[in-house]
Amino acid sequence: MLEFRKEYFKDERDDHLNEVGQPRQRQDMLGHVTGRTRYFDDHAFEGLLHLKVLRSPHPHARLRSIDVSAAERSAGVKRVILAADVPVNKNTLLSLIGFGKDDEPLLAVDKVRYKGEPIVAVVAESEAAAYAALAKIRVNCEPLPAVLDVEEAIKPGAPVVNETYPANTFEYHEKYNHQKLRFGDVERAFASADFVLEERYQMSPIEHAPTETNGSIAAPETNDRFVVHTCTQALFFSLGTAAKLLDLPSNRLHFIGGTVGGGFGGKVDSLTEPLSILGAMLTGRPVRYVLGREEEMLYGCPRGAERHYIKDGVMRDGRVVARKVTSYFDAGAYTRLSSYGAVKCIAHLPGPYTIPNVHGDCYCVFTNRTPATAMRGFGITGVDFALEVQMDKLAHKVGMDPMEFRILNAYRDGDMKAHRREAHNCALIECVQVAAEKAGWPIRDEFRRMNSLTGGGGERAGIPATATDEVGRIGTGRPASTTPPRAPAMPIPSTPRVPQPVVAQPRMAPAPRPVMPTPPPPPPTAPLPREQTKPVAPGPQHGATRFSSVFGTRRR
Amino acid sequence: MAKHRGRGMASINYPIGMNLGGDPSQALVHSNPEGKFTVTLSAIDLGQGMKQVTRQIAAETLGVPISDVYVDTADSDTGPHDMGSFASRGTHRVGNAVMVAAKEARGVMMEAAAEELEVNAADLETDGRGNIHVKGAPLRAISVKDVAIAAQFRQGKTIAGRGIFLIPLSEVNAETGEMSPVSCYAHACLVADLEVDDETGEVTMLKMTSAYELGRAINPKMVEQQLVGGAWMGMSHALYETPEPYYPDIAHGPRDYNEYVMPGPGDICPHDIAVLERPAPDGPFGGKGPGEMCANPVLPAVANAIFNAVGVRIDELPITPEKVLRAIKAQGGARPQGAPAGRG
Repeated sequence: MLEFRKEYFKDERDDHLNEVGQPRQRQDMLGHVTGRTRYFDDHAFEGLLHLKVLRSPHPHARLRSIDVSAAERSAGVKRVILAADVPVNKNTLLSLIGFGKDDEPLLAVDKVRYKGEPIVAVVAESEAAAYAALAKIRVNCEPLPAVLDVEEAIKPGAPVVNETYPANTFEYHEKYNHQKLRFGDVERAFASADFVLEERYQMSPIEHAPTETNGSIAAPETNDRFVVHTCTQALFFSLGTAAKLLDLPSNRLHFIGGTVGGGFGGKVDSLTEPLSILGAMLTGRPVRYVLGREEEMLYGCPRGAERHYIKDGVMRDGRVVARKVTSYFDAGAYTRLSSYGAVKCIAHLPGPYTIPNVHGDCYCVFTNRTPATAMRGFGITGVDFALEVQMDKLAHKVGMDPMEFRILNAYRDGDMKAHRREAHNCALIECVQVAAEKAGWPIRDEFRRMNSLTGGGGERAGIPATATDEVGRIGTGRPASTTPPRAPAMPIPSTPRVPQPVVAQPRMAPAPRPVMPTPPPPPPTAPLPREQTKPVAPGPQHGATRFSSVFGTRRR
Repeated sequence: MAKHRGRGMASINYPIGMNLGGDPSQALVHSNPEGKFTVTLSAIDLGQGMKQVTRQIAAETLGVPISDVYVDTADSDTGPHDMGSFASRGTHRVGNAVMVAAKEARGVMMEAAAEELEVNAADLETDGRGNIHVKGAPLRAISVKDVAIAAQFRQGKTIAGRGIFLIPLSEVNAETGEMSPVSCYAHACLVADLEVDDETGEVTMLKMTSAYELGRAINPKMVEQQLVGGAWMGMSHALYETPEPYYPDIAHGPRDYNEYVMPGPGDICPHDIAVLERPAPDGPFGGKGPGEMCANPVLPAVANAIFNAVGVRIDELPITPEKVLRAIKAQGGARPQGAPAGRG
């Protein structure tokens, strides 16, 4: 059952359009429902070969020697591919846009860092022949101690998972082992809050479970190029990744895709394309590499586990006055996209609420498990679970209806968010009101009358005086606990707005005026998002290393 | 031993597009000599309806019927660059790029029509049914088909357009986390009604009731498909799914769908949905995107409803019968938290 509530925000829309807003049938629907849509694996090639990989049986081990002689002699085998055959055998996915250090080989070198890591690939006349050959490969390896828990991994003396990041944490801004969020003074607000609640939340990994497993078919074309049929969710991302690993000019690759049998984030990592193409390069024949169901489930990169500690200060009247969140994203053995997800999580704090004091620390941690990747709601799903269960507990604690508690604390147009941008286009209050009404969940009139368009801004638009700290500086050892001691306060320049009062506690001293000049307008590339059109006091500029400032680490 | 009913809610927002921006999309739009348009992309249709959303945006912008537009994607030799289908960026980013391209193509089409009708292009409008006419004078008209023929064979004009949409990459302050993450957010609130068996720890979903605000709904039926399916995924995340049931222990990994537990058709429940549309100021016709956020409110709403039913807080996902049962036992039995709101 679905209804449109057109009476909300109707002044902001023109509802008389010809095509937009119409329930038209999709152009691809007939193909889907009649089973005639072509997916990557529906392309037949004469002389097609099949590629399979030998995977590590250990979560962490040193590779001493690999004997593939029997596999090479095995029936139907056309080629055995070793790490040394990969032209550029080290990459990190986000290097395509300049983030992070290369930290992951296509085929393992010297060490394996998770159970299931590819070590050797075999290209054969059939999948059965490939599997038979894999069984004949002898790998002599020395198991190493593995670390599987994020908080264990950042303790001193923990096994080093990935030598590119020897402290087992991604490095942000070439400075800290986590991404910080600092807005106001949570400790002061906790001290004067009526209640303080600190809780721990955990989300286990989750598999994307697509109907169609990851896969691709690569074939030599007659013009010294390779055509690649793929189920990637990001065509040029996968093309660029393959071109880098194989040291090929990008225009020698011709990627064809666009129709995917379930993605949910699990088909961004370009798991199969580079090996399919390498197989085609080395054999001169079309090569198909498709993950089996077990491989997809265990080694095809899940939604990563997350652990969140949330400490909130709340007043008897229901106002949340402080929120402190410490989060650990379990990246598994390699960065993939987890470094990005952690920053997205920080940007999301403290959830869709206006809370005057917010403190966030988000760690991207390496462990000896299958590398995690994006999944529907990446960076948000896990922390939203934690935040909203916490909100329910807080409402219970102050004896308030959970719906009214959300409305009271909801962000509104004009409010300042913890990442120091003004909120606009808000609609949380209206969603709560409509859901309550539909569910027959009674809320009081005063809460029914509130809305996102009014009541925000003013004092709620201020940026409070904020202390910063140097906790987690790279090279100063790993954090010992989830609540690191506060370092000497260092005031951060604030905008010349009214300082945000901390509810029910003494006013802070007015913040100093900004010392940074107004930045030049961004290049005129496209319509600017409204948040960016606001004058803002920028942080330190990084000039030519603009990209590096996002995650703090330039491509090496 | 008994079954206890419970009700819980959660409210969320969700950022649209890649965090920090820097994720461009391009689009090309061109007409054949009969006034039929092709939108060329490299964006991916994961089943979410990328092709149809961009098709409707192109048709609306061009001012032609939907049947005169098809979307071709994704071939790296012909489709211009797109960052990829993730981060709820399809409608917002690709949609905007298609709008820019379609506007350029429309501009050429109107100029060509003006030349044929010997009027000023600014005085012309499309009727959305394949014709172009002088504003206020519907009979001074020419079909899009005739315009395209004239442009191709008499005027030597290409009815085509190029589009790109890019939100410039935001910096992140290392000390404070100051940044511009995204330009707009979708919103939701969801109520979960369920039943907990205090003998087995099993949770049965009874009903979901929700309100989603997702900017302009470009195609209401596809919005419905996203919200219904997404909420099922949220319910599955809440109660069933993980390849590591005893995380951080990596043992017990599933090898197939017999071992990776997900809800079946008998486990899903009715979902009563309201859609609100607060247009994004920088979205195509105000569109944001429902793709990811629809799953998110279900997880905490389910956890909160379980507390309401039996008084235990399960703070670790997924909320399996084992966890519920252990928590009930540790508590010394179910402790219903009173009648669910609105169900007195």
